[in-house]
Amino acid sequence: MQTDSLHTEELLVNMGPQHPSTHGVLRLVVKTDGESVQETLPLIGFLHRSFEKIAETLTYKQVVPYTDRLDYLSSMNNSLAYCLAIEKLANLEVPERASILRVITAELNRIASHLLAFGSYALDLGAYTPFLYSFRERELILSIFEKISGGRLLYHYNRIGGVARDINIDIISEIGQFIDIMRKKLNEYNELVTENLIFIKRTANIGLISMSDAINYGVTGPCLRASGLKYDLRKVHPYSLYEKFNFDVPIGQGLKGQIGDCFDRYWVRLKEIEESLKIVEQALDLLREGEIRTKISANLKLPAGEVYVPCENPRGELGFYIISDGKPNALRVKVRAPSFCNLSILDPTCRNTLFADVVSIVGSIDIVLGEVDR
Amino acid sequence: MNYELISSKLNEKFSTNQNQLNTSTAGDPYFLINKEQLLPICQYLKENEELWFNFLKLITAVDQGDKFSSVYHLYSYKYEFGITLKVDLEKTNPVVDSLCGLYKAANWLERECYDLMGIIYKGHPDLRRILLPLDWQGYPLRKDYVAPTEYNGIDNT
Amino acid sequence: MNELFNLLTNKATNDFLPIFNSSSSILILIGLFLISGLIIFTLMALTAMAGTYAERKISANIQGRIGPNRVGWRGFLQPLADSIKLLSKEDVVPREALKFGYLVAPILVFLGAFLPFVTLNFSEHLVIASLSAGIYYILAFTALEVVGILFASLSSASKWSLFGGMRLAAQMLAYEVPMGFCIITVVLLAGSLNLTEVVQWQATKTWIFGWTIFRSPVAFITFIIFFIAGLASVKRAPFDLPEAESELVAGFHTEYTGIRFAIFFLSEYASMFVICALTVLLFLGGWVGPIPTLTEDIGRTLVDEFYYFSREENLSYFSSFLALFSSKSEGGQKIIFNEVIGFINFVIKTLFLYFMMIWIRWTMPRIRIDQVLYLGFKVLLPFSMVCAILAAIQIVL
Repeated sequence: MQTDSLHTEELLVNMGPQHPSTHGVLRLVVKTDGESVQETLPLIGFLHRSFEKIAETLTYKQVVPYTDRLDYLSSMNNSLAYCLAIEKLANLEVPERASILRVITAELNRIASHLLAFGSYALDLGAYTPFLYSFRERELILSIFEKISGGRLLYHYNRIGGVARDINIDIISEIGQFIDIMRKKLNEYNELVTENLIFIKRTANIGLISMSDAINYGVTGPCLRASGLKYDLRKVHPYSLYEKFNFDVPIGQGLKGQIGDCFDRYWVRLKEIEESLKIVEQALDLLREGEIRTKISANLKLPAGEVYVPCENPRGELGFYIISDGKPNALRVKVRAPSFCNLSILDPTCRNTLFADVVSIVGSIDIVLGEVDR
Repeated sequence: MNYELISSKLNEKFSTNQNQLNTSTAGDPYFLINKEQLLPICQYLKENEELWFNFLKLITAVDQGDKFSSVYHLYSYKYEFGITLKVDLEKTNPVVDSLCGLYKAANWLERECYDLMGIIYKGHPDLRRILLPLDWQGYPLRKDYVAPTEYNGIDNT
Repeated sequence: MNELFNLLTNKATNDFLPIFNSSSSILILIGLFLISGLIIFTLMALTAMAGTYAERKISANIQGRIGPNRVGWRGFLQPLADSIKLLSKEDVVPREALKFGYLVAPILVFLGAFLPFVTLNFSEHLVIASLSAGIYYILAFTALEVVGILFASLSSASKWSLFGGMRLAAQMLAYEVPMGFCIITVVLLAGSLNLTEVVQWQATKTWIFGWTIFRSPVAFITFIIFFIAGLASVKRAPFDLPEAESELVAGFHTEYTGIRFAIFFLSEYASMFVICALTVLLFLGGWVGPIPTLTEDIGRTLVDEFYYFSREENLSYFSSFLALFSSKSEGGQKIIFNEVIGFINFVIKTLFLYFMMIWIRWTMPRIRIDQVLYLGFKVLLPFSMVCAILAAIQIVL
């Protein structure tokens, strides 16, 4: 056979927006040569709901429930960041009990979010069971949240100046039980997934993100920490009384491969669940009787000025940049969405990998399209 | 690190009074800098070892009625300090240098500002719409934007 | 049923042939063949449907769910409900698809899953046709399934299907070869390609020491390789790359709907059963139980019994068949008892492997295509070759 009669072509594969493992409506146009991926072009915007435009037309208080819908897997953390931003600009004091309650809910929601990331990552790699296991534990958190706030996905629990409702002794004991259960289940997860040889083969040394690349691309959160930078906003710029808590910041250690691979990103999330459990445990001890909300006027007006408040969300640094010109509604509300920035590193990371690795990398970056598209 | 240090360093390096620290309004202070000097200032901020602003957190565009401003949030992981840079742009011709050469993160963030606010980033390798469809008309976050009643024959109202 | 085929093939039954001299007897014979075909078809369909039910229930148990529990007792009729639903769905053929390949593919897959049942020994005599090269017959028709899937993937006009087909072609090369070497090892040890004889060889020692895997360490390694390769050849997790859901949407059957999809779906479970049964027959002693059978060997097979019975009682073939089962012959009863015990042994062992396959699927993540090839070509192939060579040396010694 003549060699020039052998004709190979690159194949453009359109992955998504309806695809089992693009975590929502992400569309990836993947240029492949056989199984190897040469280029990945993420196309986003399918879930664009013009949050920023809406936020300019509503009063500050009305925007709070909208923030829940950005990263719908960690609603508590989103509204916390927004409320902190408004409180900072308005110079509002938040009662201590409210701050502690915010920490408890935020950390529980971080656990719920990481559980989902863990489960769906295993699902992306073809293991079905961990997904249901993680949902089983997530369910416990959701039922706690249901008792706290009345909602199971979007809570509208954080309010400007405090939180919506107080918690009672039953809920506290339920959270305590959850902590015990979760600690046991983490061992089960490690046995089932972390130590699984096939899982390690699929994640270790795949999708390496070096620390300098991560910083340059604006990657934050667990993905940045997996690349080896010990940076956590809760430690560095504590907000909402995080300085009172004693916890570690897990970073990627290249346990099964090199630092910054998919396994590290996965592993950092599991470790963060442990740390969050510690924080919740301490927060329950710190909980004292007191006010849960500062009274604010019905027509809240902020002084002219601007503020940028970052918060450590499960997916990275969520920042609200709010410019006020003294009117009841903001001049500009800009969201620094962690998923958006984290997603921008997808293409360089996916180059010259195999097709199955793209799924693995997308899963390990753990994006929520509600936040990417806003 | 503090604002005074950065301010003095900037004034020392870029010998004008155009790059001022604005602390007059509530909330965070910001540097209002000259449009032409954006790129060298950012390069200086990123590469100077006493500043080391190696993390571009955010690029925003703001429609302030009579002008646009392009806002940059820089952060130094080493010194754990963040600053805000602001550049004022004319309403009719909002063009500013792209930071893509310095920060890879600028790529998508500038595309988003172009998409929603219509700021042109000179030197951007791939300035396309990112969130809205490629054939969308207008820039929705501008204050004078009127939402279209239909898109490609689909009723919006 | 085995006997029917033996009547035509075995020289021992030459003197039995006069019974079939009349044309009506031949008609009966053809009728019996049709009936046995129907029985096998039903068996295959039932196996597959029970397989889907088992998979659902077992996976539900593993995952802490309940599983199907609405249709019938504990959801027992769920597979039936599924089949009815799939049958009533529209049969969509994509406009760009190559019609011929697209429509033929499910039939080939079905044949690949169905035909191996012909030569599977459910017990010593409970087999449609005990072929002298039965092992290769099964391998050949399992490969037909691969052809069907390649047809499906190449003619679907979908990139996901194409990917599935590419992966399948690569994966099959990596696994059929080690599988072949494993079979060579057993064939060398047993000295036959006939499944019945392979198991009869395994019955030559009492207790479980006769089973192939306990005959020599080589055979034990071979068993493990064969089971892994078997998993890959029926595309079960962790080797379900051709239909990797999270990567290729549904792989080669992405575009299929309704009854055609059902055929792919059920064929997977049927071929799982075939691979498990083949493993049991080759390695785990087939119908030979762990405990030696209590009934003494009367030294006669069912054919012999048949033969004597029809001679002595002067009955026609069909009535002697009935008479045997209505326990008029003591020898016949003992043989039938042995057959039943053998059948139970065989089914328990097969279902255990079947359960293993389901268990593995719901525990393991999927491995990557290059890792499949690495495992196939660089680990399993050399090991299986060495095993085959060692087995040959063992035979010579």
